[in-house]
Amino acid sequence: MANVISDETIEYVGILSKLKLDDAGKEQAKHDLEQMLDYIDQLGELDTDGVEPMTHVHPFSNCFREDVVTNGDDRENILKNAPEEKDNMFAVPRTFD
Amino acid sequence: MSKEYETVIGLEVHVELATKTKIFCGCSTAFGAEPNAHTCPVCTGMPGSLPVLNKQVVEYAMAVGLATNCDITRHCKFDRKNYFYPDNPQNYQISQLYLPICRNGYVEIETGKLSENQKNALKGKTGSDIAESGEIKKKRVGIHEIHMEEDAGKLVHDDWGEVSLVDYNRSGVPLIEIVSEPDMRSAEEVIAYLEKLRMIIQYLGASDCKLQEGSMRADVNLSVREVGSTEFGTRTEMKNLNSFTSITHAIEGERNRQIDILESGGKVIQETRRWDDTKFESYAMRSKEDAQDYRYFPDPDLLPVDIADEWIEKVKAAQPEFREAKIERYKQEYQIPDYDIELITASKRMADIFEEASGICGQPKKVSNWLMVETMRLLKEKSMDPDQIRFSPANLAKLIELVDSKVINNSTAKEVFEVMFDNDTDPAKYVEEHGMKQENDEGAVKAICEKVIAENPQSVADYKGGKDKAIGFLVGQVMKAAKGKADPGTANKILKELLAQ
Repeated sequence: MANVISDETIEYVGILSKLKLDDAGKEQAKHDLEQMLDYIDQLGELDTDGVEPMTHVHPFSNCFREDVVTNGDDRENILKNAPEEKDNMFAVPRTFD
Repeated sequence: MSKEYETVIGLEVHVELATKTKIFCGCSTAFGAEPNAHTCPVCTGMPGSLPVLNKQVVEYAMAVGLATNCDITRHCKFDRKNYFYPDNPQNYQISQLYLPICRNGYVEIETGKLSENQKNALKGKTGSDIAESGEIKKKRVGIHEIHMEEDAGKLVHDDWGEVSLVDYNRSGVPLIEIVSEPDMRSAEEVIAYLEKLRMIIQYLGASDCKLQEGSMRADVNLSVREVGSTEFGTRTEMKNLNSFTSITHAIEGERNRQIDILESGGKVIQETRRWDDTKFESYAMRSKEDAQDYRYFPDPDLLPVDIADEWIEKVKAAQPEFREAKIERYKQEYQIPDYDIELITASKRMADIFEEASGICGQPKKVSNWLMVETMRLLKEKSMDPDQIRFSPANLAKLIELVDSKVINNSTAKEVFEVMFDNDTDPAKYVEEHGMKQENDEGAVKAICEKVIAENPQSVADYKGGKDKAIGFLVGQVMKAAKGKADPGTANKILKELLAQ
């Protein structure tokens, strides 16, 4: 039961992932994604009737912080992560809403 | 003949919660800091950083849910909403899709209310008069769900440069999103719904809900259909509405736009539109190929939240008295006009000041007057909200007592109040220090009166010739000579006595 990725799907995934692929790249991506989906599909062979979907491994809940300020101004270090910095802000390619 | 259309509106309202820290990290939420001063690896989405949920966010969300008649989801979780944009450093927003904390609520709204002018005309009348002449209609607006999520950073567009700048101070500030059912049919109902939500949330202290400053934001989902139809039309979503006026304009504009499309045989496209308040029109924000696909999935970094009955009871017990209950109690407890009650209870801060000051001086009517006249005037003049009032109820009570015991007269009291309004100055001290005490020594006032009579023979002659009004001028002269510190009543009395001799 091999999965087939259509041209439309690969175009759409390209838009979502902000990738511009040339024709060869698209064919390669289609092939790779089909293989990944086939691999994942093996999970379908298991009988999961009556099994709750699991989102967390540990049986814990309610891990909270109190509403107390614990962080100070650490701009100097944080801004080191900016590709470029200007006026104490992260400079990114010009973006419109 | 043209068809008749009905507008169907649902709202998504984002409210910034009044916590001291962000939803998943210990960074401050204080407004107005230097760019990126309130950031850390968590709220700038650095690899390896882990979020920890702020308990207060859950409590505020529960409090709003309980106050809007929602069911609380006993077992709730957070999900990731994936999208790529520089204001969102993780490339996903932590939100709740599958198990939002509150569901199936409603609020009751009133429409057909009187305009401010009509209200003024009815000032002092009882509640039944207002209901009769205003034709108030009550209606329930369903709340589909309320979920918790984080806010995004702020993009600053550099007009000259080739770049956009990002400030992540707002990234991770807690929000609740209140999603209504498509139950509203007019701009009036939308405004009534928003005002109701705002009132409830402000009373809870969960947010200041300022549309202009963005701590309350409303997205309007709107469709039109022929009257009588049971199917919904295709809806659009409108963003960037930051005042009640722009919401009203946007609703009318979008309604007309959709009707025009349908009348000319076209089809409304489901899209997000941005309202331009300066041009009075909306435009499509996202093109089709940009269609959003958020690929939600449960956030593995955050543990689920289990809410026990005891916790719900605790939050319920801490709920304040809401406006409707307060209005009813004031009608029983205080001898003040319904109109005053309506305005005073419109802000919890105002109501708190009223109750506390009345409790101290025992004169609710006078307290109400100071709030209704001078306080409202100064708030308007300084474009302030009642929440920003600085004077304490104790000082207001003190000021009222100073007038009652004739230490100062009314006009001096107004002067003192203006100072008190700005700095919460102790009125007794201020009066003392500035020598503003009223001259209550009749002998001293009499001396001034005699002097004024001697200096104004024309007015004296007018008065004696039957022009009663001339006495007003003489009283004014006495007040002037006494530098405003005389009691006008006493001056009037003494002048009349002297002139009768």
